Amino acid sequence: MSKTYEEINAKIRSGDVVVVTAEEMVDIVADLGPKEAAAKIDVVTTGTFGPMCSSGAFLNIGHSTPRMKIGKAWLNDVPAYAGLAAVDLYIGATEPTEDDPLNREHPGEFKYGGAHVIEDLVAGKDVRLRADAYGTDCYPRKELDSWLNIRDLNEAYMLNPRNAYQNYNVAVNKFADRDIYTYMGVVKKGLGSANYCSAGQLSPLLNDPYYRTIGIGSRIFLGGAQGFVYWQGTQHEPTGARTEGGVPKGGAGTLGTVADLKQMDPRYVVGVSFLGYGVSLALGLGTAIPVLDEEIAACTGVSDADIVAPIIDYSHNYGLNEGKPFGHVSYADLKSGEIEVEGQKVPTTPLSSYVRAREIAGELKDWVQAGKFQLVEPIQSLPGPDNSPGFKLFNNRPVEEEGGE
Amino acid sequence: MAESRIVLHFPKKLLDQPVISTAVERYKLSFNILRADITQDQEGLMVLGLEGEPKSIDDAVEWMREQGVRVQPLEKDVTRDDERCTDCGACIVVCPTNALAMDAQSREVSFSADKCVACGICVPVCPPRAMSIHF
Ligand code: SF4
Ligand code: SF4
Repeated sequence: MSKTYEEINAKIRSGDVVVVTAEEMVDIVADLGPKEAAAKIDVVTTGTFGPMCSSGAFLNIGHSTPRMKIGKAWLNDVPAYAGLAAVDLYIGATEPTEDDPLNREHPGEFKYGGAHVIEDLVAGKDVRLRADAYGTDCYPRKELDSWLNIRDLNEAYMLNPRNAYQNYNVAVNKFADRDIYTYMGVVKKGLGSANYCSAGQLSPLLNDPYYRTIGIGSRIFLGGAQGFVYWQGTQHEPTGARTEGGVPKGGAGTLGTVADLKQMDPRYVVGVSFLGYGVSLALGLGTAIPVLDEEIAACTGVSDADIVAPIIDYSHNYGLNEGKPFGHVSYADLKSGEIEVEGQKVPTTPLSSYVRAREIAGELKDWVQAGKFQLVEPIQSLPGPDNSPGFKLFNNRPVEEEGGE
Repeated sequence: MAESRIVLHFPKKLLDQPVISTAVERYKLSFNILRADITQDQEGLMVLGLEGEPKSIDDAVEWMREQGVRVQPLEKDVTRDDERCTDCGACIVVCPTNALAMDAQSREVSFSADKCVACGICVPVCPPRAMSIHF
């Protein structure tokens, strides 16, 4: 027996829809089997909350008097990209403050950056805009220094080239004689910690491993607002090794996402600083998966014990694209607090908040139950293992003499 | 008579040395171990209350420093902004005393001020900067 999007949406409208979170679905599928689970459950909600560096926001600030074609712009001293039409700006999450000491004194603290600007905007705080321009006949103004508030902007929307990595590495530090400072947090020397970053069984793409229900046009939860998937994310790479259940054993799929910044909630849009690494945005994202058939029910029943991640050395191998993973480990083991790497017991530390992932899946469940969130059939699927665009390392062609091809 | 609370960090090589008993004997102090741990870096960490003449306490501290022990006064206060904390867990592996720990079931990260020795390591490590240290 299978259901259609229309049937499920009709149930959402009438209030008869049966929704559970991906965490609750684990036991349901284990108890009833996928067939009965598919008959009983209509929608499974997922959630994740963690650092997503490839995020940012477009802002249209409106035309000033006199008009200005902004050349360079800073928001709370963080450079924003202005190489667009006159008053469109893009603020990227990882951009540090202009005068940040960076890693000159290692490890740098990276106290403020683009992600914090985005959080401040979402929280309704005033942000200082400074801008300059060369001036033209139609845009005579050359300087601007003004407070800016999200309510005064024409458009403010998050547009993220890569979110919701399907799965991720577990970072360890085998070779350095000191702790290392990475985007995976502080990784302790001598295999002193194993840092991981995924919501595991609650994670959006781990519950739909072949992207059957998530694609271009899918409605999602993004930062507390309803948003959409607009494309596959950058570095989308679905062809890697998978478990018997079809779950990728590493990185794999990603999503390009968009949503209205004005509808977001600062609880799910948090500027974060990684010691010695830089600024990032901790962002909440969730999906609502229609249980169209038995196969989808089985996929959403995936548990932490069924999902594995590769253990990668970040003190040497990762940076130099060398070596092999020290095997794979399940999220159930990672969550136990200790894993074994090369015969050594290693304490684990997560970076993504499972508490908030659970909260997001719960909130989305409430939205669906209350008829506030309808499902959208993707207009186009994301590339799968058979039609992947591929994933290449940089083709480095050092410039020694003049002239390329 | 004075009382002073200090945090001691012992490097690995001093772990089996009777540094504290020698110090208290030499400088005629009495002491109280408030907390003792071996950290993940195999360093010893101890919170100690020392009682005696103020000059003797200072001398004892100086002597322990000469032996290679890192000594820190325990006069600082560490707090967490619970609103800011996302329960991510990035701090649990750097906290030497398990004052920051994750509940296996709820996955919430708790902060136990009574276990905290105010080392300050978590402050710049916490990504949303929920931890702060006050002097
Ligand atoms: S690192 Fe900071 S935000 Fe994360 S759990 Fe610890 S105190 Fe909370
Ligand atoms: S200051 Fe932070 S890292 Fe140090 S003991 Fe207290 S909670 Fe743990």
